[in-house]
Order: sequence, then C-alpha cells, then structure tokens
Amino acid sequence: MIAQILPLADFTAPKIEYGELAPLLVVFGAACVGVVAEAFLPRPLRHMVQLAITAVSVIVAGVLTAMLMSEKKELIAAQGAISVDGPALFTWIILLALTLISVLLFAERSVDGGLSAFAGQAAAVPGSEAEREGTAAKVEHTEVFPLTLFAVGGMMLFASANDLLVLFVALEVFSLPLYLLCGLARRRRLISQEAAMKYFLLGAFASAFLLFGIALLYGYAGTMSLGGISDVLASDTGGEALLLAGTGLLGVGLLFKVGAVPFHSWTPDVYQGAPTPVTGFMAACTKIAAFIGLMRVFYVALGGSRWDWAPMMWIVAILTMVVGSIVAITQTDVKRMLAYSSIAHAGFLLTAFVGVAQAANGVHNGITSTQAVLFYLVSYGFPTIGAFAVVTLVRDAGGEATHLSRWAGLGKKSPLLAGIFAFFLLSFAGIPLTAGFTGKWAVFSAAWTGGAWPLVVVAVLSSLVAAFFYIRVIVLMFFSDLPADSPDVALPGWQTTSAVALGLAATVVLGLVPGPVLDLAARAGEFIR
Amino acid sequence: MSHELTWLLVAVPAVSAAILLLGGKATNAWGHLLGTLAPLISFAFGVVLFVQMMGKATEERSETVRLFEWFSVGSIKVDFTLLIDPLSILFVLLITGVGSLIHIYSIGYMAHDPRRRRFFGYLNLFIAAMLLLVLAADYLLVFVGWEGVGLASYLLIGFWQHKDSAAVAAKKAFVVNRVGDIGLSLAVMSMWALFGTSAFAGVNAGAEHVSSTWATLLGLMLLLAACGKSAQVPLQSWLLDAMEGPTPVSALIHAATMVTAGVYLVTRSHAIYEQTDAASTAVVIVGTVTALAGAIIGCAKDDIKKALAGSTMSQIGYMMLAAGLGPAGYVFAIFHLLTHGFFKANMFLGAGSVMHGVNDDVNMRHYGALRTPMKITFVTFAFGYLAILGIPPFAGFFSKDKIIEAAFADNTVIGLCALLGAGITAFYMTRVMLMTFFGKKRWADDVHPHESPAVMTWPLIILAALSLAGGALYFAGHWIVNWLEPVVGVEEHHPPVSAAVMTLITLAVVAVGIVISVLMYRRDIPREAPVKVSPATTFARRDLYGDALNEAVLMRPGQYLTRTLVWLDNRGVDGLVNGLAALFGGLSGRLRRFQTGFVRSYALSMVFGAAFVVVALLAVRLS
Repeated sequence: MIAQILPLADFTAPKIEYGELAPLLVVFGAACVGVVAEAFLPRPLRHMVQLAITAVSVIVAGVLTAMLMSEKKELIAAQGAISVDGPALFTWIILLALTLISVLLFAERSVDGGLSAFAGQAAAVPGSEAEREGTAAKVEHTEVFPLTLFAVGGMMLFASANDLLVLFVALEVFSLPLYLLCGLARRRRLISQEAAMKYFLLGAFASAFLLFGIALLYGYAGTMSLGGISDVLASDTGGEALLLAGTGLLGVGLLFKVGAVPFHSWTPDVYQGAPTPVTGFMAACTKIAAFIGLMRVFYVALGGSRWDWAPMMWIVAILTMVVGSIVAITQTDVKRMLAYSSIAHAGFLLTAFVGVAQAANGVHNGITSTQAVLFYLVSYGFPTIGAFAVVTLVRDAGGEATHLSRWAGLGKKSPLLAGIFAFFLLSFAGIPLTAGFTGKWAVFSAAWTGGAWPLVVVAVLSSLVAAFFYIRVIVLMFFSDLPADSPDVALPGWQTTSAVALGLAATVVLGLVPGPVLDLAARAGEFIR
Repeated sequence: MSHELTWLLVAVPAVSAAILLLGGKATNAWGHLLGTLAPLISFAFGVVLFVQMMGKATEERSETVRLFEWFSVGSIKVDFTLLIDPLSILFVLLITGVGSLIHIYSIGYMAHDPRRRRFFGYLNLFIAAMLLLVLAADYLLVFVGWEGVGLASYLLIGFWQHKDSAAVAAKKAFVVNRVGDIGLSLAVMSMWALFGTSAFAGVNAGAEHVSSTWATLLGLMLLLAACGKSAQVPLQSWLLDAMEGPTPVSALIHAATMVTAGVYLVTRSHAIYEQTDAASTAVVIVGTVTALAGAIIGCAKDDIKKALAGSTMSQIGYMMLAAGLGPAGYVFAIFHLLTHGFFKANMFLGAGSVMHGVNDDVNMRHYGALRTPMKITFVTFAFGYLAILGIPPFAGFFSKDKIIEAAFADNTVIGLCALLGAGITAFYMTRVMLMTFFGKKRWADDVHPHESPAVMTWPLIILAALSLAGGALYFAGHWIVNWLEPVVGVEEHHPPVSAAVMTLITLAVVAVGIVISVLMYRRDIPREAPVKVSPATTFARRDLYGDALNEAVLMRPGQYLTRTLVWLDNRGVDGLVNGLAALFGGLSGRLRRFQTGFVRSYALSMVFGAAFVVVALLAVRLS
C-alpha cells in the first residue's frame, strides 16, 4: 500500500559527502545545540556555555576547513548543490576567523556596567518598567550566539552554493538571524528596532527580486545549477529576454547584499542602528559572503554572457565608488561614515570583479580577479571589525558616543585607542604597509590586467577622495582640542581587547608580509563547476 | 661592514621612531638624544658604504640587496630589494648628513616644546621613509617610501596642532600630495601591465621596446607624481602653506630632501624619458614655469619662511628643468639638488635662528639690523645667500651655472627663462637679506634679539661651510660627472657661446638683480605692508592666484558635487518619490502601505536601480 503511494524502490538516497561538508555541519549542528542549551540551561550558566559552544564550534569548523584546504580536495558535493572548491574553502576560513573575533565582541560585558551590548528583553517596550527591571536583574539575550552561528552557517553555504535554489535558501538562512540581531541593541532601542525593520523590509524586497531572477533564469535554462546554466548559455538556444531579465533581477538581489549603489540605501541606517558588534560582524562577514556569491553566480553560470552584463556592472561599480566616497565626506556619525566607507570598498571590489582577469580570458601573468577579491576581503574584514570594536569603547552616559564631534581630541585622551583607530583608517585609505594598501593594489591591478583601466582611474580618484574623509577623522582626533565634556574611553574586557588586538595584528601583518595570504589566495584557484 | 647590511640604514631610524612614538612618557627624558643618534648612526654607516664604493671599479659600484620576497602573484613578483649605487649613496649622505645636523639643531630649537620627543619620533620616521624611497630598487617600494614621507610631512606640518592654520596646511599638503600619488600608482600599474614587473632593472630593460605612446604616458604619470611631491606647477600650492610646520621641518623636508624626491624620480626613470621627447619636454616646461613662478612669489612675501619656500620651488624648478634635458642635464640636476640641500637648509635654519631671537615673529618687516645682535646667524646666512645667487666660489655658482648652460644648449627660450630666473633670484634674496639683517631696527621694544645657543649655531656653521665648499664636487676634476655617469649617462652640451662668456652673462644678470633690490630696499621699510601696491605685487602676494585657481577649478565644484550627492541621498530620493508619485502611482501607493518612514523611498530607489540594471542589460544587447 505504502509502496504504491511512495515509490520507495525508485528512491535512492542522495550521496552526501559528509567529510567535505563537515565544517558546515559543525556550525549548523552547534547552532541547534545552542538553541537546546538556551531552552534547558539555567540563566546564569547560559552566557558561559553559549560562548563556549560558539567559539569551540567555530574553531573546530575552521580546523576542518584548513584540513580540507591542505588536502586540496575540490568537488561539487551534495548532488551538485554545494561546490567545495578553493575559493569556497578560503571564504569559509575568513568567515570563521572573523566570526570568532565578532563573537568575542558579542560576549563583552565590561564596557557597559556588566551588561552586554544586547537588550535584556527585546520584547519589553523601550523605556518601560519591564525594561528597567530587566536591566536591574541583568537579564540578557544569550540567543545572539546561536543566531550568529546560523548566520555564519548561512553565509558559508551562500559562498559555496552551486545551485540557485541553494543560493536563495542560504541567503534567507543568513539574513533572518541578522535582521533579529540588528534589533537587539540595549541602548537607543528605537533606532535599533527601526534599523531591523528597515533591513528586514528592504531585504525581503531584494530577496523577491532575487527569487524572480532565479525563476526567469530557470525559465531560460531549465536548470537551477550554475554549471547547467553555463552549458545552456554556451549552446545558445535563444530566449534571451528571459536570460537578460533574469540576470538583471538576480544581480539586483546580490548587489543589495553587497551594498552597491543604487541598492545601498539601507546600509547607513542599518549600520548606525544595529548594536555595534553586530554592525562589525555584518560589515565584514555579510560583505564577504555576498561578494563571493555574486562572483560565483556571474563567473560560473553567467560567464558566457559576460559582454551583456559587464557594461551594467561597470556603471554600478563607478556609481558605488563615487557615491560611497563622496557622501562619506559629510557624514557626522562615525558608524554612518564607516557604512559609506564600506560602500566605497564594495565599489573597489567590483572593479576587480568587472575586470574579469581570469586564466580563461587569457590573463596568465598577474593576479586574477578571484585572488584579488579574496585577498581584498581579508584585508578589509579585519580592520573593519577592529574599527567597530574601537567604536564600542568611546562612550558617554547615553552609551556609545558615535557623533564625530564627540571624537574631537580623542588622541589627547587616549593616544593608544585613537592611534589604533587611526591605523585602521589608514588601512581603509590604502596607505602603504597596511593591509588595505596591498588589497587595493591587488584589485586594481586585476582590473587593470583585465582591461578595465578606466575603472581603475575612477577607483584611484575615488580612493583619493576617500582618503580625505579618513584623514579628516584623524585630524579631528589628534589635531583638535579636547572639549570639556568629552566622552570616556571605557576600559575593555579581555574580549574586546583581544578582538582589537587580532584586528590590528592582521592589518599590520597583511601590510608588511602579505605574501603568505596572497599565496593562499592564489592557491585557492578558480571557481569549479 | 658590507653592502649586505644596507637595510640597517633604514632600520635604525625606523626602530628609533618606533621606540619614541610607542614608548610614551618614559622616553621623554632621553628621547631627543636617541632621536638624534639614529640619523648619526645611519650617516656613519652611509659614509662607510660610500668609501667602500669609491674603492670599487666603476662597473661594480651598483649593488642590490634582496631582503625578502614581499609578494608574488602569478608572474608578478615584488621583492623587498634595496639598490645601493652612486646615485642613491649621494642621497643617503645628503639625507642622513643634513638630517643629523637638523636633528642636532632641533634639540635647541624645540627645547621648550612639551612634545619634543614626539617631534623627534616623527623626524626619525621621515628619515627612515626617505631613505627607503631612495634605496628602493622597485617602483612599488619607492611608492611605499613616497607615501611614508608624505605621512611624516603631514604629521610634522600639523605638529603645532593648536594652530588651526597648521592643521589646515597639513591637510592641504596631504591631499595635494595624494593627487600626485595617483600618477605614481597608475605608473606602477602600467609597468606591471607593460613589463610584468616594477623593478628598476626590469623597467629599464623593457623601456627600449615600449611604444612611444606608452613611454609618453608613463613619463607624464611620473611627472604628475613628481609635481605633487616637489611642489611643481600646477601642484605647487601646498608648499607655501607647509611653512606652518616647525622651522627644522621646513629645512629638512620642505627644502633639502623630500621636495627633491620628484627630481630623483625623474632621474631614476631616465630609461623611460629617453624614449619620449614629449614627456621630457613637459618636464622641461614644468620646471621652467615653476622656476619663474617660485621666484616671482618669493619677491612679494614678507614672511621670511614663505619667501624661502618660494625660492625652494624655484630652485627645484631648475632641477626639474635640468632633469628634463636628459643625459645632458641629469648630473647637474642632482648636483644642484645636493648644493641646494646645503645652502637652503642653511638659510632655513638661519631663518629659524632669527625667529628664535625675535619671539617667533616671521614677518621681515619687523626685523631689520639683526646683523649686530646675531652675528653667527648673519654670517652663515650670508654664505647661503651668496651660494644661491651663484657667486663664485660658492657651491651654487657651479651647479646653477651648469644648468643655465645646458638650458641654452637645448633651447634659447628656455635658456633665457633660466637666466631671467637667476636675476629674479638675486633680487628677492637680496631683499630678504636687506630686510632681515640691514637697515634700521624695526622690532618692537619688548623684543630682545639674541644669538641662538651653540647647539643651533654649530649646525649653521657646518652647513655654511658646505655652502661654500659644495662646489668642490664639480671643480675637483668633474668628480660628480664621472661618479654619476654609470647610472644616468652623461652627454656633452654645447652652449651657443663659450662657457666662460655664459658665466659672465649670468653674473651680470645676477648683479643687475642685486642692484635693483638694493635701490628699492635701501630706504626705510614700513612695519606694515603697504596696501596700495601694483597689480603685479598683488599677483605675487596671492601666490600667482594658485589657491584661487585650485578653489575655483577643484574645490568648489567638488563641494557642489558633494552637497548635491548628499542631498540626493538624504532627501532627493524622497522628493523624487513625491514628484513621480503620479507616474508610479500604483507601485508607490502599495509601497506606502508599509508606512515606515523612509523605507519606501529606499525601496523605490531600488526599483529604479533594478529598472536601470535591466535596461542597461537590454541596451547592451540591442545596441
């Protein structure tokens, strides 16, 4: 009877390469364990246990990924759904490393009177009695840790999705926890909730574009797999309207996550409103996952129609660099300024992406686009989290003092902190012997060898403009007088201290001896299909 | 010691800078001593290397030291390699030698500054970066030093941060320099694309085979970089403002060393300029224009440091001019660079000594008759004065004379301009001399001019001696010509009239300049600058409207663009929503149901974006 309804005889179990997918499984598994722990552990234990679960699982996943990298195993796993190739593994490693640093920031409790940066009870109405009671009882949401694990798992999956449907699922898996995390700030809760709402609505909107694009591409190719679409493109079967519309809408969804102009408008609001540790996590990790996802789709599936999408991407890249750099100049909030700076960085990354310097395109000497982007993402991610970690430490009675005027003369109050922040800014500006310099050279020269030299000219000019607003902050910190009511510099706990130290160390090392990481990026090779 | 240890030259000041900047207050007591020791050690080591190099055969003098592989990607490999050859060793000696003197001088000059240790830290950082710039064997590594000196210069110009003008000047210097840096970064990327390397050896070898268009482009990119760093027209405006920094900084960075980096870059890139007449001509024109512009600016400044800064621009213009002439001029460009390093550092430090004596007043209208209370400063300054005028046997006579000769040999118009520049130089330097040291005393009653302490006067005396004796590099058997020949090549030039006649003409023009100046500034000079002046004076006082031009051409449009974009970003999109509500009525109405403030406009901007993306895709296909 059952056999008639379900043709069991025809059902073959899918082949799952558990070994190669172990890092993903560890992260997702630990996230589920975290949820269970949240439900059953007594409140006082949760913070410790959740932090341990998260840190251990991220480290284990990182070690597993490193082992996979050293074995040089490259394959398309899970029946064509996930591609475990060099770029994917490299991305996993960066994501996990940056997540570990972010988690340290999440766990910080000493800068704000023994409380974490997250709301005690997200459901309590801001300013209500319930909120005050919760704060007095030192309640906190330790759910942020499993949420982070889900997010990073989704990002890893996104960066390695070899199938449009998996891509979409991964996008939602990492986006939903982020929406939640954005709304959980302990201070300035209304603006935080507003940010979460905006991010959610616009994110949903972008997802709809993405999904519609996927549907159209399926209509064109009859398959969801990236390799399959590429094959159909090569055989040129007609139906180009579907292809072009699908490409465009898919591009919109991906460019939204990357934060490219004109799909950037959420970035400043969300970066400003979200709890700063979450902003750091998003700014670094989301950008990385989204960019690799974008490259994989456009290089692997749509590489054959490059001449159709490249001009559009050229314009987007130019707009992104120009708007990001110029609008940042007049920002008065340090988090918004960093948000626009991240937009400008997305533009710089897009130059390498649009340049399409690949062996397949006859680029044999010099750096390829994939390598350049991978390296740039590393060199961008570490200073970003470090910079946001510094932001969490400059505080006054109302929480973080993010208005730039409050940062005046910080160099006189705390030369060390201001010096570290200045160093991160110099790295963003691409001053030599910092990580950002090497990263910029990598992406620009990839774009140059790929023939996109006008883009490089625009990029160099934009980075000049960008240097101006980074310098403006340094001038403000060091060359202005300390006002009487200047904010305090909180004494960080070991968590933030180590997060800043790790970010700083990576920025220095990547600037002085970028060789090993560039080598790793070079060995990551190209996307497989 | 062998050349293998060349890296120590850079490492010693770098380590010292790190100790001073990171060591905090603990190093306050002895920071300035450590800071002075570092360049002295580098200098001693530089002398050892120099002596060893003199002992070697000509063709063995150029050595590269590969420290480690910086990075390699595909076939592009960038090594951290230093090049120690006859050209770079001269720079090493100039930077560490003059640098050490200026460090010693600063001990006295900055004695009362609470942040003296930090000042020495920045100076050491500068020395390290500048040495890296001239010792690098790869354009990318040059770029590292290039940015490093820019950063140090920025920090030092803004050192007296309590003055708003200093902070503004620092920012201006940084931004203008970045414009120049674009040239260098584009040049390096082009080199990677053309030659697959940015190492000097590879570029020099590849330059012969490159098309003349690319050679011209490369030459122009490098010229842009040189213009930024060396304050050449049209990127000259930052140098005058940079005088906001402490005077030792002006002497070291903005006169003797950093601002000459552009000349170094052009000379080092001789292989590229040999392939392109267009770019070489551009270098000559830029140099000539700046030589005259700087001299004219120098004529109208009452601020002693700004008058000297105008003079620096002008003298570097001469060097650029010479460098643009190719093998006929390279040697003399570098020769003039060295002698200028001596006499201009001498005069800047002299100006600092004067300021030290008159309560940090920089206005020459408030000086006068300072030769009696400040005898040593006066005599040493006079040596620098005679050297820059080119009076034999002072150093400037040999170097400038040769450049004017070479200019005449190349083109009569350029030669005449160079000659005219020499006359104007004589005019404004005599003016500085008269206003400062001669005439009646014009200082206020509460000012008590006094000679500076020995720690400041001894560097002045040594530099004055070098201003006198520096010419020996040439007249001692054309030593510098033979020394540099293996690196940059030498070509005989033939001026239209014999060299001796040329020299006499030049001296006559200089004499005319002096006489006019004496006639004009012999009479009493008012304490306040006259307001009713000829348009020419106004023109010169306003730095030839360089700032006004920058403002009109770059700054204002930039501000408008920024404002417009910000407006669009903040409100424009919303306004667009309202304006186009009818068009997008249905869509907009649906979006408005969310009623979450600005999200609707963000979403609509995404819709526009999506429409743009799809239209762009279709347009490409249909076109």
